[in-house]
Amino acid sequence: MLIHTRELVKLYRMGGSEVHALDGVSVDIDEGEFVAVMGASGSGKSTFMNVLGCLDRPTSGEYVLRSQKVSELAGDDLAVVRNKHIGFVFQQFNLLARTPALENVALPLVYAGVSGAERKSRAMAMLKRVGLGERTDHHPAQLSGGQQQRVAIARALVTEPLLILADEPTGALDSRTSLEIMALFQELNRQGMTVVLVTHEADVARFARRILVFRDGKVVQDEHNEAVAARGGETALASA
Amino acid sequence: MNFLALLRIALRALAVNKMRSALTMLGIVIGVGAVIVMIAVGAGAQARVEEQIRSLGSNLLLVMPGSTTSGGVRMGFGSGSTLTEDDVLAINREIPEAIAAPALRGSAQVIWGNSNWSTQIYGTTPEYLDVRQWPLVSGRTFEPAEMAGAAKVALIGATVAKQLFGAADPLDQSIRIKRVPFTIIGVLDVKGQSMMGTDQDDLILVPIKTARSRVLGTASAARNRTVGTIWVKAADGIDTKIIEEQVRALLRQRHRIQAGADDDFSLRNLQEVMAAQEASSRVLALLLAAVASVSLLVGGIGIMNIMLVSVTERTREIGLRMAVGARTRDILGQFLVEAVTLSLIGGLIGVALGMGTSLAIAELAGWRIVISPQAVGLAVAFAFVIGVFFGFYPARKAARLNPVEALRFE
Repeated sequence: MLIHTRELVKLYRMGGSEVHALDGVSVDIDEGEFVAVMGASGSGKSTFMNVLGCLDRPTSGEYVLRSQKVSELAGDDLAVVRNKHIGFVFQQFNLLARTPALENVALPLVYAGVSGAERKSRAMAMLKRVGLGERTDHHPAQLSGGQQQRVAIARALVTEPLLILADEPTGALDSRTSLEIMALFQELNRQGMTVVLVTHEADVARFARRILVFRDGKVVQDEHNEAVAARGGETALASA
Repeated sequence: MNFLALLRIALRALAVNKMRSALTMLGIVIGVGAVIVMIAVGAGAQARVEEQIRSLGSNLLLVMPGSTTSGGVRMGFGSGSTLTEDDVLAINREIPEAIAAPALRGSAQVIWGNSNWSTQIYGTTPEYLDVRQWPLVSGRTFEPAEMAGAAKVALIGATVAKQLFGAADPLDQSIRIKRVPFTIIGVLDVKGQSMMGTDQDDLILVPIKTARSRVLGTASAARNRTVGTIWVKAADGIDTKIIEEQVRALLRQRHRIQAGADDDFSLRNLQEVMAAQEASSRVLALLLAAVASVSLLVGGIGIMNIMLVSVTERTREIGLRMAVGARTRDILGQFLVEAVTLSLIGGLIGVALGMGTSLAIAELAGWRIVISPQAVGLAVAFAFVIGVFFGFYPARKAARLNPVEALRFE
């Protein structure tokens, strides 16, 4: 078991009233899964994502990542967990402007205290893995949206994390590029990487093997995507 | 995360907004530059005052005759003729810790060959050179026989030597002072400017008796043995105030002044005059320091302002860095290094500018300046402290951002 959550609750106070962004979420995710988290805006899927990514702490409940009880950690301890075990991919890519692709990819290794030469070689390997081995010196502004997202994915992979968390990774891309990026996630998943993906698009969720649907801070639906499970990613690509 | 990595991030961030970085530095540049100039000029002035103290001679008292009243008009100190050569002898005899020398001053035209020069003539005694701590570069001083016999011998100052003789050797030459021939027996060392800016080397010393009878005096003056001023030097290690009181008591007794009556002479402690001058120059330096501090403060606030803008602008970047594993101290360090880099670069430019300005002032205004390594170090250290102080608040603000909100920031 890679991710184990029990009765996760996240409370927000908004002008005197309390809002349950998460209202008792218990989900287990195994290593090697490809999970899509769906739901309308305000359903709690983003909050769930933030808690899984150790960016936010649950108000109550338990979250165990592999054998570590991260719901008890705070501050810099969470930063270390994020650095070592979690790779983030964002809708807006969030690359450092005016910074070469190679350095963008190597950024998490800087905070991990990896030496310069090793950072460079590992970042290089990751850029090759996402198909951008030729564009290591390009700045984000010199890359297309799809290429920028590939750089971001390489950055998420460079620390060899336990899981990749992707928050609307295709939200800023056109449909053709979106397919390419989803195919890349599928490929990574086939190589054994656990991927958790937040999206509100059914077309994107179709690439996942398991779909969690949130509503009002609760998981209302948790099912295996039979089509993908049975026929593999190519089918989803073809039908999308 | 090591310091070099932080420095590279900082330099890149500053390079992105070159114009803004340069303008932000400007406050520090001006502040540090002002500090450098201020210290250079202040230290130069201080050095000049110290030099003047040295050139005047230390532990000096100056006794001048009291004022005279002529038809109800009071003439001011020095106009009377209450001091005599006997007073000088009495001081030398009664106060062993002091040396006194008289001076009878006047001006005269001096001629040697084809050249002539108008200068000050001092009638005095050999003690004058001890009192003023004024060595001879060549020749000898007056001998007792010359003093007693009103010999026509003279010691000349460096300026007179230069003006009259140029490169020639003045020793044993005969000059004419008011048409009276004098033999030069010695040349005085260079003293430089006095506190008031007059050239102290522009003078000729002659035995006081000679001065009175041959150069300056009138027949009546020759009889009453009056002198213009009396210079008194306290021995080293003796408080000039004590000597001052002793001289005052002695002269009052000799002049038979009743208790409670005013002195018929004035006594000035030059040490105190100079101490006062030094104190006033210190006040001026403090004032300049205050001005420089204000500009450094304003520069620091400018840095804080721009760093706050920078933190807000880069909220998403900060969020991303936190997401990929930056700890609180990494973010804090990043922005602190950025602020310090700004202020230090500004400080270094300021040092260069300040040194350039100081040298220009020295060149153009002819002021004396002293650029000390300590002053440069102090200014740079100040810039560093300002970077840390004013960079800390924005950096802490950045480090305390909530990663979720920072990533969502538009």
